[in-house]
Amino acid sequence: MNGRFHLLLPSASSLSGRIDALWWTMVCLCGAVAIGVFVVMWAFCIRYRKGRQIDRTLSHSTTPIELTWTLAPLVIFVGVFGWSLFLYAREESPPKDAQTIYVVAKQWMWKVQHPGGQREINQLHVPLDVSIRLTMTSQDVIHSFYVPAFRVKQDVLPGRYTQLWFAATQLGTFPLFCTQYCGLDHSRMGGQVIVMRPQDYASWLRDNGGSATLAAHGAALFRSLGCSGCHGTEASVHAPDLDGIYGRRVYLADGSDVTADDAYIRDSILLPDKQVVAGYAPIMPSFQGQVNEDGLLALIAYLKSTRAPPVNATESTQNGHH
Amino acid sequence: MATIDADTVTDAVPRSFLNAEAGLGSWLTTHDHKRIAILYSIGITFFFFLGGIAATLIRLNLLKPSGALLNTETYNKAFTFHGVVMVWFFLIPSIPATLGNFLLPLMIGARDVAFPKLNLVSWYLYVTGGLFTICALLMGGVDTGWTFYTPFSTMFSNSNVFLVIVGVFVTGFSTIFTGLNFIVTIHNLRMPGMSWFKLPLFVWAMYAVSLVMVLATPVLAMTLALIGLERGLGVGVFDPALGGDPLLFQHLFWFYSHPAVYIMILPAMGVASEIIPCFAQRDIFGYRFMVYAMVAIAVIGFLVWGHHMFVAGMSVYAGLVFSILSFLVAVPSAIKVFNWTATLHKGTISFEAPMLYALGFVGLFMLGGMTGLMLAAPALDVPLHDTYFVIAHFHYVMVGGSVMAYLGGIHYWWPKITGKLYSEPLAKFSAILMFCGFNLTFFPQYVLGYEGMPRRYAHYAPQFQVLNVLSSAGASILAISYLLPLFYLGWSLFRGTVAGDNPWNARGLEWQTTSPPPEKNFYKPPVVQQAYAYDRPAP
Repeated sequence: MNGRFHLLLPSASSLSGRIDALWWTMVCLCGAVAIGVFVVMWAFCIRYRKGRQIDRTLSHSTTPIELTWTLAPLVIFVGVFGWSLFLYAREESPPKDAQTIYVVAKQWMWKVQHPGGQREINQLHVPLDVSIRLTMTSQDVIHSFYVPAFRVKQDVLPGRYTQLWFAATQLGTFPLFCTQYCGLDHSRMGGQVIVMRPQDYASWLRDNGGSATLAAHGAALFRSLGCSGCHGTEASVHAPDLDGIYGRRVYLADGSDVTADDAYIRDSILLPDKQVVAGYAPIMPSFQGQVNEDGLLALIAYLKSTRAPPVNATESTQNGHH
Repeated sequence: MATIDADTVTDAVPRSFLNAEAGLGSWLTTHDHKRIAILYSIGITFFFFLGGIAATLIRLNLLKPSGALLNTETYNKAFTFHGVVMVWFFLIPSIPATLGNFLLPLMIGARDVAFPKLNLVSWYLYVTGGLFTICALLMGGVDTGWTFYTPFSTMFSNSNVFLVIVGVFVTGFSTIFTGLNFIVTIHNLRMPGMSWFKLPLFVWAMYAVSLVMVLATPVLAMTLALIGLERGLGVGVFDPALGGDPLLFQHLFWFYSHPAVYIMILPAMGVASEIIPCFAQRDIFGYRFMVYAMVAIAVIGFLVWGHHMFVAGMSVYAGLVFSILSFLVAVPSAIKVFNWTATLHKGTISFEAPMLYALGFVGLFMLGGMTGLMLAAPALDVPLHDTYFVIAHFHYVMVGGSVMAYLGGIHYWWPKITGKLYSEPLAKFSAILMFCGFNLTFFPQYVLGYEGMPRRYAHYAPQFQVLNVLSSAGASILAISYLLPLFYLGWSLFRGTVAGDNPWNARGLEWQTTSPPPEKNFYKPPVVQQAYAYDRPAP
């Protein structure tokens, strides 16, 4: 979008058209009701103005009409609710095959990490027609990731991961805004989403590739922070083996179980006493303050890349492990 | 008049609550609900114009994409101050503490509220809270936004957060005490014969709003205290770095602040429900439905706070529940709009200034309410949340709705409160100007929000400039329409013609006493009728 004024916002994601359909339906519906009420008000005001001779006998049975205009809005509202709910469920559930890109927000910039290790600031390059899932967290206060052309928005919180997904359907550059007030330069915390043809995206990834993938960066951290000293296969300390942990069900000491997702791994690193794995002593120290948000995401990417040893013991070497 | 000397004038003025005692001291220690109402109206008028100055700075700055006037820090402080002052020091006390205080005992035939001294204490708490807030302004202001989102407000802001939360905390108690006072007054001090379903809808509105004030405001006090604890002592409540949860803050804050919206709009509904029957000279359409609708709004209003958090990181299932409840709360609001419109049917309608304000209120409230439906649908709230669409929506409800109704009420009861009539042509002109200025200011903001302009932006992308300039132009018209009443109403105090007891041929006990009313409200007991008995002669 350039600096000129456009009345219609570009509709550039797989869901934006469906959201617009609901939006314009609501605009028309509300507009029609508003105009209807205004016309009736004006008509009454003119017809029954003071000084005009007209029959003013009030009818006594008003309950049927009152019930009508109580139930009619109710039915319409429930209908709109249902429609909206259907769309909301789509907005909130990324497709299974979505590619993950990581976003770390801080006062006042957006830091993006691609799985291949490419990093960018206040820009996000994505391929056309591919579902992209953003896993986002904040280093400080709450921010909000908003791309008007895609009709997507999600608050980005410190201390947890939130997700947002879209599939861009139009090539071009679209503005990105922070919509949660985050202090002094909130209004300057913006950027661009650049949608490219898949082949252009592939060459962009090649040209901007770092020395290592995000998972390889995580693997290096896994060793330098000392994680491998306990969780590695040859470790003498009694700690759970983490290869292939991502997405698995983990049974906890208190009898409950959790799925090992981003949030679980993050919490296990920073707050190891929160969810102790069944059969293990709570001996792990917290790594709070030793690893930053970027590092945590790299560690998650690394654990995600590993596979459980019995299935394929050698696969982890592909990711620079050992 | 000019030839009559001062002594004769004094003799000619009948004794009323205004001249029963003289001197500033008599006002500052009064227990008379009518005088306390006037003390409040001075306070809220002061804060309205203070908040208005902040709004003016905001609109001036947004004339240019790069900011035309203020640096970023000052801009952030300006919108924070605008929000804090307008919400807690103007809108919340506006109708209940001024018109409510003045009229509630009169409308039920009582001599005062149940706890006159507590009523005065409430005003002093309001003033104390206001002083803290002004102190914060003088010491450099505060930059958190009126919503105080954590962890920004607790761990990151370097401004005077403490002073402001103390100010709001203290003022909250003034709200709680007023609510308590009104509930007890309505339960216990109705005159013989004044049964619940003979009460004017304004009294019902005061009852509903008092329930919300008493039940919701303590949660705000608690939340602000927790901010103080985390900010001052580092007790981890909201900041994840201290083991807290920032979403907890939002739940607590909106548990208060959404019902607070109903604290602002229910009294406005009450005012419109008095004015429209009077100038249509007929009974309100569907009295009982109007009562049930207000009570339903007060109750369901407590269960919809989560619609402020659809993109905050709440679960989809919570979003679902809050969405359907938000749609449900719109049903009673729709009923009210239809019933006000139906009240015009077969009326004998005249268009004095209060009626113009009330009709303006219905129109603007309807537009604000319907855009609220869009925000209640999570699929639409996702793109619209925290954009100018939301700003436009709540200004339509709170400024188009509450402020129009407040001014309508002031014009309607002005003759009763002061005993004087204002200039009708100027008042009509100002009502029409306000309606036009308001729409020009805030309608472009709906479009801006749809286009994607986020709120709380000191700078914006150049494609948003056209609509921002339109909005600022509208704001200058709106400003004139707010200043005008100050002059012609002020003028009427000194030069206005004597109003008489019931200039509008209105029903309701307040019109059966003298204008202005005597200290104890009635010289002889008023005659109780069904509310809005416009088909019978005034007693």
